[in-house]
Parts: sequence; structure tokens; C-alpha cells
Amino acid sequence: MTARLDLERILDDRRTRIIVCCGSGGVGKTTTAAALGLRAAERGRQACVLTVDPARRLAQSMGLTSLDNTPRRVEGVDPASGGSLHAMMLDMKRTFDEIVEAHTDPDRAAQILANPFYQSLSSSFAGTQEYMAMEKLGQLRHADEWDLIVVDTPPSRSALDFLDAPQRLGRFLDGRLIRVLTGPAKVGMSFMGVLNAGFSMMTSALTKILGAQVLKDAQTFVTALDTMFGGFRERAESTYRLLQAPGTSFVVVATPEPDALREASYFVERLDAERMPLAGLILNRVHTSPAARLSTARSLAAAETLESQNDLSVPGTSPAVAAAALRMHAERMQLGKRERRLAEHFTSAHPAVPVAEVAAQPEDVHDLAGLRVIGQLLCEPEQR
Amino acid sequence: MISPDTDWDGVRLHVVTGKGGTGKTTVAAAMALALASAGRKVLLIEVEGRQAIARLFDCPPLPYQERKIAIGLGTGSDEGGDVLALAVDPEGALLDYLAMFYNMRRAGSALTKLGVVDFATTIAPGLSDVLVTGKATEATRRRIKPGSKESPHVYDAVVMDAPPTGRIGRFLNVSTEVSDLAKVGPIRTHADTVAKVIRSPQTAVHFVTTLEEMPVQETLDGLAELQELTDGAIAPGAIVVNMARPALLSPDELAAAANGSLDVAGLAAGLKAAGIADDDHLAADLAAELREHALQVALQDRARAELRTAGRPQYELPMLTDGIDLAALYELAAALRQQGAA
Repeated sequence: MTARLDLERILDDRRTRIIVCCGSGGVGKTTTAAALGLRAAERGRQACVLTVDPARRLAQSMGLTSLDNTPRRVEGVDPASGGSLHAMMLDMKRTFDEIVEAHTDPDRAAQILANPFYQSLSSSFAGTQEYMAMEKLGQLRHADEWDLIVVDTPPSRSALDFLDAPQRLGRFLDGRLIRVLTGPAKVGMSFMGVLNAGFSMMTSALTKILGAQVLKDAQTFVTALDTMFGGFRERAESTYRLLQAPGTSFVVVATPEPDALREASYFVERLDAERMPLAGLILNRVHTSPAARLSTARSLAAAETLESQNDLSVPGTSPAVAAAALRMHAERMQLGKRERRLAEHFTSAHPAVPVAEVAAQPEDVHDLAGLRVIGQLLCEPEQR
Repeated sequence: MISPDTDWDGVRLHVVTGKGGTGKTTVAAAMALALASAGRKVLLIEVEGRQAIARLFDCPPLPYQERKIAIGLGTGSDEGGDVLALAVDPEGALLDYLAMFYNMRRAGSALTKLGVVDFATTIAPGLSDVLVTGKATEATRRRIKPGSKESPHVYDAVVMDAPPTGRIGRFLNVSTEVSDLAKVGPIRTHADTVAKVIRSPQTAVHFVTTLEEMPVQETLDGLAELQELTDGAIAPGAIVVNMARPALLSPDELAAAANGSLDVAGLAAGLKAAGIADDDHLAADLAAELREHALQVALQDRARAELRTAGRPQYELPMLTDGIDLAALYELAAALRQQGAA
């Protein structure tokens, strides 16, 4: 039997300083992060939710109207227990610009910011969003204005990108190609002979593919960034350590569907391999039934009985409605059974990972009241 | 060849996008099966390195090579044509590009070793996107006799399982993305050729969504972004609503179920007529389930109406409670064809 993920304890534990919600796209990470933040705030914590790409109405309900990179106080939070909630949306380009500005002199910074490669990298590099989310998390944590930060990770193609991003960027900036691009002058004399042949073949090939101007822009950009390499790597490493620290809790969010659970499995294994503190799995949008005592088979048989009766209009009865109710119930039981099987597949592979389940809601969440309900479902399963 | 009468006659490259979790790969696969009617040959392309097509068709991981994975959905007595699949990755596409245009396959391998592909995908995703979309447009234009305009195309249709809605505008807007980096030069020329196919009436971009708030919003945003980024040059295709749940009650009954005024006693009597006793308030519990169903139906209706504001043809695929296997794919393909999508 898998242990239940006790989120209430995690939220109430003052030593918990960071909660990272991760998982594949479309599983409800943002809503989960917001619900956890709200519940923590209403239980007395000074909480801040860092979100990447919230649904418009959910963002509006939290008073977030623009990507302005500044935590805003969320109105309508119950202040009785002395807590508060702030929320912010990440502006990745601005975050990146700020790092550049912080790590180099104004002239060089201006040169980098104007380079077309920088503009491409800072606005569309597949890992930039992940990297900047982690950077911002580091900044918020460092500011120490909040005692709990809940972060919603970007909707990556692969949920793992977000762990890899800092290292990938670091590796990229440190890579062989960059060394070559920054010019043979940077390479020690003893390597020159070996590299020269490869270098000229490569630049000629690159020129063929990209054209000379592009290659020149890339070289200028890389040379300009060169001064910042050390700073970049250091930051990436300190963020990585922050994630490993005891005050951090990772929760993996999944829906009971094969793709989402497969991603969740990878994530759990990966977090374990990286020694990241995993709190558990949130299984979102689970279909349960208040009438589970009526089996699928019996329900279907009864629906057929009713549908085969000729006269469906006996006064005082609603056989058509009853038949529909039975069909609907059977379908729901079947869906629930399939979900259970998929979830069991996960738990048998990862028996040590605690799980919290959240029942599917008939309507989307887009206000604080809705978030409160989700928070309650997350933390008080017996209330369901 | 006589093509069946569909909403997309003349379209040869079907780009399928959608928010994560909406079933974009499933719809792309079903569309490929539906398009491969009598004797028509269809290529299904995956571009994100997820091997989702292989998983869907329950076959080994796809190489960078066109492989037959299924037979299309037949029409009457005619068997379907071949459906081939290809997993494109930027690295393979770069080697392909170098070999095809410069006869430089060996140099390509050296570049790969030096991390040029990593470099391109890291620093300028526009460059790797142009290589990937370039492969799809090449397959679309490919003729049985290379270079001959009279020769029939190798593929009657190409279906691309494209990146998600949030990225689709930039992904397809290759020439602009590349021109920010390269004003002139071979990659620019290549990008312009690719863009010509993508911006022609031969290409349509279909959006997959479920009837939920976020996916609907992203679909409308994605359509608007596509229009804005490309000034309407890239043709939007259909909206494919996936995993829709049918309403099981009449509108009046749904309204009653939603506001809690459903005749629970009548429901209990109905259950009794079928031999099920109303133990422990079973009828009330079932009424609660019906209420959720009614709320969901109402939510779906609102989502549908919102999608219709986009003015695109709209197809609908049902939620299949048993999950997606090959049989389910054919079922979805039949539903698409029946609605005129293929």
C-alpha cells in the first residue's frame, strides 16, 4: 500500500522554503501550485507563487495582468492566520537581460543585448524559460521576503528539460565549438596544429550553411559572452544546490493517463538520481464515483433492461433518465477502473513514492474559491 | 488519381498542432489513416524526438528513415493505401541537407561531432526548425521522377505531428525567424524555399483541442498568433475537438440535473423497474453524477461556441474510455473522414 502524500504537513512545516511543482504539460501544475500557495498563505505562511504561463482567467483571479516580473500581493486571501500570498509571472527575456547587465560593464552589456543571436537565445532557446525560472527562484529565495516559494515549472516538451537547462546552458557556453568560434587565438599554441585542419573545414562548412555574416555575428556574440561564462556557471551551480537543499520539496503532478504517468516516472527516477528531495506524486483529475457500490456490469445490464422496455412513460418514474444515469455511471466506473490500473502501474514501479489524489472537478478553476477547493482536496482527502 | 471530396482537397501538407495533453499525436495519426484511402500514400512525420508515433502504433522506435507502419482506412471494397512514418530530428535533417545540397555528408558528421547541431538548436532554434520543416516540405514536393514536374508526387499527403500550439507560429514562420539572423546566404535561401511551400495553399495548419478552458484559449491564441506573425500567409486549417463526451440527457433534463432539481424519486422508481433497489440513497448518488455530467456538458457547449468564433471548420472526436490502440485509431480516422476532414 502506497503512503499518502501529506501536503498539509509539508505546507505547515516552517522548514519547507521551496516547493517545486513539475510534470508534463496539461496536467494542472499551475493550478496545483496556486492552490498550494493559497492554502499555505491561509495557514499563516508568507507565500509567493512563481508561475510561468497561467491560464488567463486564473492569472486575473490572482491579480496578475502582465508579465512584469514583480511579485504582486493577491487580494482576497483570508488574513485570519496572519499569512499572505504574492504571485508573479515570469518574464524570461527581462530576467536574462538583468543577468547580462549584472555580470558585465554597461558597454559590453549593450553590445550583447543588441546582438541578433542574443535576442534569439533569450526569447526562444528551448531551455531559456526553464533556466530563467530557476534563476528567478534563486533570486526570490535570496531576497528572503517570503518564507515559502511555490514554483510552477514551464510546460516543457519534456518535463526533464527544466532540470537540465542550467547545466545545458553551462555546457553549451563551455563547449568545444564555442572555444573554436571564439577564435584559434584562445586555444593554446600546442593544440593549434591539431585544430587548424578541423577548424578551417568547419568554418568553411558553417559559412556554406549559414553564410559569412551569420558566422561573424555568432563569433561576436560568443566573444562578448565569454567574459560572463564564469558567472553563468556559478549561478547554475548555486541554483542546482538550492534545489537539493533540505528546505526544498519537489512534487510531481500527473493525470491518470499513460503519457503523463510515463513522464512522472522519468521525473521520479531522475530526481532520485540527482538527489533532489522528492515529496511525492499528485495524481490530478481522478474519476471516482459516489455510487461505486453499483458495479459496471450491473449498471449496464440494468440500463439495457430499461431501454428494452417498450413504454418508457410510466407516470411517476423516469426510466429514460434512469437508463442514462446507469450508462453514465457505467462509463465513469470504467474510466475510474482504467485510471486505477494506470496509477497502480506507477505505484508498483515506485512503491516508496507517496501519492495524493485529487478528484476531477466538473468545472475549470478560475477564482480563489476554486483554488481553495483544490487546496482542500489536496490536503484533506477524507473530506472528499 | 481521383481524390475523395473533402474539405481539404488540394492540401498536401497537413500540420497538426495542439496544447500538450489534447491528443495531437493521436489526431495526426488518425488523420494520416483517414487520408490514406484507396491507393493513396501518406507520410506521417514526427518532429519532437518523443517517439510518440512508434508508441501509438506499437512498433520499435522510428529511425530517420521512412518506414511503413500501417495501411490506411479503406473505402467500401477498396483497401487503404500505405501509411509511412518518419521521425525527423535536427541532426539527421542537417546531414540530409548537407548531403542533398552540398554533397557534404562527411563534413556534416564532423560538424555533428563538434556540437554544431547542439549549437544551432541551443542558440538559434529558428535554424534547426528550418531544417526540420525543410524535411517535411521536401517530402511534400518529392516526385517519383526527381526534377520532372509531370511526374506524380511520391506522397499524396504528408501529415506532420508538429510542436505544441504555444510554439507553432514561430516554428512555421521559418523565413522570418531565420532572416533575423541571416540576411543573405544559403540557409536563408533554403528557408525561403521552405516558407514558399508552407505559405502555399498546399499547406493547412490544424489545431487539436479538448473542450476545456485552457486548450480552447490556446487554440484561439494560436490561430491569432499564426495570422499575426505571418500576415495571414499561412493558411489555418480545421479545429479538431478531441475527447468530447456526448450528452446523455435531453436539454431540459440536463438543465434540471445541473441546478439540482432532477426528479430523484422518479430516478429511483426507474432504477427499481430495472431491478436495482435504491439502497443507501443510490438514486441520489447517481443524480450527483448526473449533475457533474450536466455541468460538463454545459462547459463543453460554452467551449464549442467559443471555438466557433474562430470561423474554422470544426470536427469532433469522441472520448474513448478504453484508451487509444490501433483499433481506436481507425475508429477516429473513420469519424474524421465521415465529417469531411479527409
